[in-house]
Amino acid sequence: MALLEINNLHARIEEQNILKGVDLTVGAGEVHAIMGPNGSGKSTFAAVLAGREEFEVTDGDVLYEGNDLLDMEPDERALEGVFLAFQYPVELPGVSMNNFLRQALNQQREHRGEEPLPAGAFLKRMRECAALVSLDPQLMSRSVNDGFSGGEKKRNEIFQLAMLEPRLAILDETDSGLDIDALRIVADGVNALRRSDRSFVVITHYQRLLNYIVPDVVHVMADGRIVRSGDKSLALELEEKGYDWIREEAVAA
Amino acid sequence: MPTTETEFLHEVAASEYKYGWETNVEADTIPKGLDEEVIRLISAKKEEPRWLLEWRLRAWRHWEKLAANPSEAYPRWPHLTYTEPDFRNITYYSSPSKKPRYESLDEVDPKLLETFERLGIPLAEQEKLAGVAVDVVLDSVSVHTTFKEELAELGIIFCSFGDAVQEHPELVQKYMGSVVPYTDNFYAALNAAVFSDGSFCYIPKGVRCPMELSTYFRINQAGTGQFERTLIIAEEGSYVSYLEGCTAPMRDENQLHAAVVEIVAEANAEVKYSTIQNWYPGDNEGRGGVYNFVTKRGICKGDRAKISWTQLETGSAITWKYPSVILKGDGSVGEFYSVAFTKGQQQADTGTKMVHVGKNTKSTIISKGISGGRSNNSYRGLVKINKGAERARNFSQCDSMLLGDRCGAHTFPYIEIKNPSAQVEHEATTSKIGEDQLFYCFQRGIGEEAAIKLIVNGFCKEILAKLPMEFAVEAQKLLDIELEGSVG
Repeated sequence: MALLEINNLHARIEEQNILKGVDLTVGAGEVHAIMGPNGSGKSTFAAVLAGREEFEVTDGDVLYEGNDLLDMEPDERALEGVFLAFQYPVELPGVSMNNFLRQALNQQREHRGEEPLPAGAFLKRMRECAALVSLDPQLMSRSVNDGFSGGEKKRNEIFQLAMLEPRLAILDETDSGLDIDALRIVADGVNALRRSDRSFVVITHYQRLLNYIVPDVVHVMADGRIVRSGDKSLALELEEKGYDWIREEAVAA
Repeated sequence: MPTTETEFLHEVAASEYKYGWETNVEADTIPKGLDEEVIRLISAKKEEPRWLLEWRLRAWRHWEKLAANPSEAYPRWPHLTYTEPDFRNITYYSSPSKKPRYESLDEVDPKLLETFERLGIPLAEQEKLAGVAVDVVLDSVSVHTTFKEELAELGIIFCSFGDAVQEHPELVQKYMGSVVPYTDNFYAALNAAVFSDGSFCYIPKGVRCPMELSTYFRINQAGTGQFERTLIIAEEGSYVSYLEGCTAPMRDENQLHAAVVEIVAEANAEVKYSTIQNWYPGDNEGRGGVYNFVTKRGICKGDRAKISWTQLETGSAITWKYPSVILKGDGSVGEFYSVAFTKGQQQADTGTKMVHVGKNTKSTIISKGISGGRSNNSYRGLVKINKGAERARNFSQCDSMLLGDRCGAHTFPYIEIKNPSAQVEHEATTSKIGEDQLFYCFQRGIGEEAAIKLIVNGFCKEILAKLPMEFAVEAQKLLDIELEGSVG
């Protein structure tokens, strides 16, 4: 059974149709890249999977570990192991990283019927995960994303991914706004977190991230659908030719 | 299970008050109503000296005059809508028992002790707990004072107002009404006429009070107005941190609460006054609930004196309260840190007045208002820089957070500057609790209720951090309880 099975997914915001029949199957341990021009629906796709309420699913279905994902509340999805690395991480003034993550982690453990992590073990794990993305441990006593630099925010997302150990991690343009060094750190972090029981959906506009995070499958999204899938060489082809030829094909189809 | 965050917020805002019960303690209550006889009766019951009775009567006559012309005297300027209390239908004195004094805890009515235990403040434990002396005012008469002897060794006086009148009349006579005269306002006049008890605190010159002084107030008698008076005097170079915390049982008719707090800080003295206010706010239709009309004011009398007000206001149907500081001494400092949370049909009009008189005086105002349900939450503040107040400085920050879309947040800042060397800054923000912030929490597996608690606590954090440690924990617990909804 595939970890994630999406059939004919349609979604809209207000009166505007954005997703117009997405089909995607992601197996356990696989890394899928979703590329596509701006406005093709990539970020909407990520938001719909995470359960953002503004988007209304009008058709199609999503099976996650065989269960109806669309039937779950956003927090329930998270507790079931769906993680979204945000394109624009949100600031929570006055809420310390420490407190935030402890709550998140303990809710997850409670959901699985486990005891809360003892303080010592929690701190140890925080230090280990922070080191994975070279995140300054001092940031843990600061408010969530408050005053973080752009790069720190993105690394913070991968740090949280490491802490929460999801089975499905969706990275929404995690590479945008990162310089090459930061990009490497983020990619190395992700690579270190690859496991046979963890799948990744990596959404990106540019091919360069895929030099570091090598995908099993590359999909191209255009006008709310996946119009082409292939291996990693597809990404290189896109880099060379741009998106126009794909878009033309999509319109023609 | 609610389907949207907004619905959830409405549910939270509609959740009922959790401290509603009534203690059945035998009470000594005088009949309802207000006239000169009632005032004489209160004074006689308390065996007061003649000068105090006369002071009460002067206040009473002043109030009568004001009451005769309510359109001018009655404070109508706040952003509040309510029916004025019927002053003839209030009981102005109620003592928890016919027996006026207790020598030990064993003598205290066990039901009373149980009440405090349900509030999480068992007296028996309080005594053992490090550093907190409690002067309990249940209704009107002090029933127990702890740590009094330990404090007495340092020359600190911490007792009920009634005891202070008996044992230290010269101090009471000297300072009572010196910061808030009975002519100050309608409710200050009423309080001066009928006040029943309260707390008194005197810190001698150069003494640093080694423990937090705390008082818990409850309104416990049906239809009883509570009119406490608190007087804190900090002599030169002294320091005291004073805590006041309140909860009240559920009640059908409105209860009037009109307290007066006066603080005098001499040169180099520092007074920190912290409040948690959680009186019954009324039910979801706005029935019942406490009317909280309080006059709190401190004066930095000497140079470099400092007065700090920190408050967490979550209760009462109507709150009308402006803890203020008169900065008379050169280089004196006034601070006001406030979190006001309203939900259901609550209305709060609260803020501060900072009156700069001396040179190089400095004031800081940080106010956080959180409104839910159909409540209305207003900040009203005055920063006044007098002519002689050279190089006075003020910083004000007022932030409002809206939970849901049926509540209101308002800011009314007043600034009067008569000296051109003044530096005054004012910042204000209003935001709806962020959908983005909530979603970010959900996505990490944190549910709606926990997410709202996290975000609201974060919003208030810098204020709650100003509270003394044990009080801060209680404050956060209270905020969490207040935010709890009926999510299944």
